[in-house]
Order: sequence, then structure tokens, then C-alpha cells
Amino acid sequence: MTYAIEAHDLRKTFGGEVRALDGVSFAVEEATIFGLLGPNGAGKTTAVRILTTILSPDGGTGSVLGYDVVAQADRVRTLIGLAGQYAAVDENLTGRENLTMVGRLNHLTRDVVAKRAVELLEQFGLTDAGDRPLKTYSGGMRRRLDVAAALVAKPRVLFLDEPTTGLDPQSRADVWAMIEHLVDEGTSVLLTTQYLEEADRLARSIAVVDHGRVIAEGTPSQLKANLGATVLDVGLADTELAHRAAQILGAVGAKSPTVVGTVVELPVDDGPHVAMEVLRLLDQHALVPTTFRLREPSLDDVFLALTGKRVEGDEAETANISTDGRRRRRKAATAAATTSDGGAS
Amino acid sequence: MTTTTTAVAPGAGFGAVADPAMPHGGARLRWAVADALTITKRNLIAYTRIPESLFFSTLQPIMFVLLFRYVFGGAINPGEGLSYIDFLMAGIFIQSVGFGGIGTAVGLAEDLQKGLIERFRALPMARSAVLAGRTTADLVRNVFVLLLMTGVGALVGFNFPNGALGFVAACLLVLFFAYALLWGFAVIGLTASNSETAQVVAFPILFPLIFASPAFVPLTQMPGWLRWFATNQPIGAVITAQRSLMLGAKHVPGSPSGHVLVALAWSVGILAVLAPLAVWRYRRST
Repeated sequence: MTYAIEAHDLRKTFGGEVRALDGVSFAVEEATIFGLLGPNGAGKTTAVRILTTILSPDGGTGSVLGYDVVAQADRVRTLIGLAGQYAAVDENLTGRENLTMVGRLNHLTRDVVAKRAVELLEQFGLTDAGDRPLKTYSGGMRRRLDVAAALVAKPRVLFLDEPTTGLDPQSRADVWAMIEHLVDEGTSVLLTTQYLEEADRLARSIAVVDHGRVIAEGTPSQLKANLGATVLDVGLADTELAHRAAQILGAVGAKSPTVVGTVVELPVDDGPHVAMEVLRLLDQHALVPTTFRLREPSLDDVFLALTGKRVEGDEAETANISTDGRRRRRKAATAAATTSDGGAS
Repeated sequence: MTTTTTAVAPGAGFGAVADPAMPHGGARLRWAVADALTITKRNLIAYTRIPESLFFSTLQPIMFVLLFRYVFGGAINPGEGLSYIDFLMAGIFIQSVGFGGIGTAVGLAEDLQKGLIERFRALPMARSAVLAGRTTADLVRNVFVLLLMTGVGALVGFNFPNGALGFVAACLLVLFFAYALLWGFAVIGLTASNSETAQVVAFPILFPLIFASPAFVPLTQMPGWLRWFATNQPIGAVITAQRSLMLGAKHVPGSPSGHVLVALAWSVGILAVLAPLAVWRYRRST
């Protein structure tokens, strides 16, 4: 069968040094959403740039609806829409002018473009702002216009590179609803994201990438089953107590617990049941938790489960000793990632 | 569902083609022109909305005309039987279109930096459109600036000493030279990592060429070594050719056609070297 998007062993090295893609393969079925999940710098954007003909791969092949992204780049460009991670719209133009420009560059007639612009502005709640320069738009409005611009020519295959990064929850939900609507109408979507929640909500299948490689692939439920459906965070008064608690709780969860600062993170299958068991064990050993909560696993948890290491943030590193005695490095940024995931679920 | 809007009907069939939905021959050329015009329009709209570029294309040239005409002009002797404003216009033209070209460099650097060119690369548009559209828009801007300054010049005493025809010929010459220069600014814009760098690089290249020239002061008032440079560097050569067209042979020694040929040779030479260089930079800038 012909896939909407197919990547086969894509390789790309920048400046002879940085290996952005180290043999990435995946296939996206038509009229589905495929999630490319990974931290910053994992190679997601490089994969998108190759598949949208912006960049040539050093090795491997890519195709869109059966057309090769290098040899038949012109053809591919008539089939795709791209909304970038950095809103690539002209801030000196109005929303309508931006849409018109992209439509004309897709060689749509003036009449068709004018009609499409009205439709899209309406659909994205930008009708009132349509004739204002983008300089006056908020971040969320800009992002919506960026996605709208990708849709002007009704592309059959849509690439969305982190479409909701930096958006408030309401705008994020709006973008999600719009993507689902498009897929219902037959569009195929490649979505890159740093948010497990987003991939989980939208994608039929997911590839997790790290350091330019696909490290796991499957449906969201397969990935999460691999991990344990939920995570139980148990906060203790200090690090020493946390390590004691982790030892006590070693056999309770679906996997062995991790200590992050003063918090024991325990992947669990049956949250409420395990929670009772945990509280009973802690009580037996006279340990009193300071915090106690069940949450959805974050991308960070997926990574920890898959690679034994944390998603790398850009903040200062702190070393932590995990329960199995190995020293693990983690970044302070984890706390932030956990919070944002917890808040949105 | 997509067939109604995804493509304009392709041009007349050119026999057997592998992919009937893709343009060939005449249709392809027509699209390339249409794409360049779309980008031209976009850049012109942007110019009217960026206060700095509005200032540099309108108020600044007017201020320079007035500054030289009334403040510095009194101290400069342009030569026998010539008023300073008549002498000045050629220099003011070159200065305005020259410094205006910095906008070309800054604009391209910004498009690259902000990811707009990334989006263009994923669109089914002609590869040539970004540079063709940018330079066409800047040519239009230069026409506007020359018209504006001709009006201001006329108001403060410029009286077309060699007639309208000579004046128009001089304007066409300066527009062509400025168009060639735009490709140099495009190279700078495509090479600089951001718009600030583009500006910082472009300015010091331009400054000595414009001011160490006969733009504002007659060559006779310069020391010998500087006079040689001012006469023979490209902007100096173009100014001399402009003056021979605008003022007539009696105010500019040497044959007008000779001056014009030298100026044209510079323009063609610059275009022949810098346009391919800009295109090469554009292809490499991902």
C-alpha cells in the first residue's frame, strides 16, 4: 500500500559533527495522525525538514504519498502543508495578506484564495483580527494563523512541528480539535511534540525519538502499558527518608521506583489499589509522606522507562542515586515537566 | 475533496509528460513570474508598515537634499556657471538608492532568521521568486525615492540643466546600477546570521564608496590620491556619467557616451558576479 508518509533509514549530520538523524524509519497511514515524540534536539524537526523537501538527507529515503522527497520534490510540495515550530508568518502583513500570499504561491486563483482566506480566518477565530498586521497578534493567534496558512491549499498531508508548544491550554485544545477535524476529512498528519499527553490524545501511533534514533514505536496504549498506566509520587521530608521509602516500596509497583530529590516516583498499573498498599507499608515503617499524588506518566517517565535516563533539559544537573544503586544524572527541569503534565491532565 | 483547489489547470500540453499535474514549459515560466510578483507585493506592503524603512525611503532623502542645499552647499563651489543644487542631485540619488539597499540585506536576513524562507521552501513556488521578488520590490522602491527627490529637488531650485531627456537617462542609469548593487546586498543578507549583522556589514562597505566620491564635493577639492580613488571606483564612475547626462557635456569634461559606457560596464560586471553569488548563497542557506 502507499503510505501518506514513509521515512526509511533517514540520516543527517550537520557540519560533520552533530548527528541529527541516525537511521530513522517510520510510516504514516493515510488519514491518521502519527506522533513523533521526543525531547528538544532529538531530531524531530530535522526529520520534518527532510520530509517537507527543505533539507536533503545524507542517507536514506523519504516519500509522501509515494513521491520521493528528493527526486520528486516539486510534486511533493503540491501535496503538503507545513506549520513550523517557529511561527513562520510575515509579521508585517495582516492575517488575510499572509493567507493570500501562501495561497497565491500555491498557484490558486485569486477568487479561490480570497474565499479560502475568509473560511480559514473564520475557522480559526481570527475573523476580527484578519485585517490587522500580525505584530498586533498574541502568540496563540500567530500560531493559529501559522496552522491556517499550512491549510490554504487543502493539503492531503500535513506536517505540524510542535504546533502547541508555548500555547495556553485553551488554544492548545482548539488546535487539537482542528487537527482531529482535518483527519476526519481525510488529511494525514505528522505531528511532532514534546508532550506525551498530546501524542496520546491525538496520534494513532507514535514513534519516540532520541538522539536521532527511534527508540520505541507503537500505539499510545502500548507505550503506556510498557510503562505502567500511572505514576504515584510520594514526597518525603528529606532525601534519606526518600531512599528508605523507595527500598520499602521496591516490590509494590509495576516497575522499580525512582528517587527524584525527596520524591519517590512509582510506576503503577492499578493506582488506587497500590496507593492503599503504599500507605500501609509506609505506616508500618513509621514513614509519613509530605505529598502523595497519582498522575499520568509524562514524556519524562516514558524516557526513563525506555532509556533509563531522563529527558535532558538545559538546567543545572544534579546527581541522584536510584534505588538499584546506580548513579543517575537528571536535570532540575524534570520538576517543571512533571508539573505541566500534571496540571493539564 | 482536494481536487477543486489544489492546482490550477496546467498549461497547454507539451506532448507526453510523466506527471500531468506538474507545470512544464510556458506554464512553468508563467508561474515563476507570478511567484516573483507575489513576493514583490509582499515586500512592498511590508515596506509601508516598517517605520524605519518608510523613514529611510522618504524623510531621510528629503532631509539630505535640504541639508546639502542650504547648510553645506554654501561652502562648496561646484564649478563655473553651475548652482550647487544642480550639482548635488546626482550625488543625492546615488546616496539614497545606495543606503536604501541596506534594507535589502536586512530584509533577507530577517526572512531567513524568522523561518519565512523555510516555509517558502516547502511551497510549490519557483525557487527564484524570493530573490527576484525582493530585488524587484527594491527597484520599485528606488523608483519611488527618485521621483520623490526629483520633486523636492525641483522645489528647492533644481532646473534640469540638460533637459528632461538627459535627466531621465541619468535616472535609468542610476536605477540599473542600484539594481546590480542590490544583489550584493542580497549576498550580505543571506550570509549574515541576523539582521543586525547584515546592517553592520553593509554600512562600512557602502560608506567610503559613497562619501569618497564626487557625490557631494567636486573632485578638484580633494587631495590627489583620494581624487584618483573617487574617480575610478564604481560609484564615482556612475556619478560622473549621471552628471554628464543631467548637466550636459559643458560641465563634465570628457565624452558623455564614454562616461556612460564605463558606468554601464561597472553595472553589468557587478550584476554578473554578484547575482550568481546571491543565488548560490540562497541555495545553500538552509
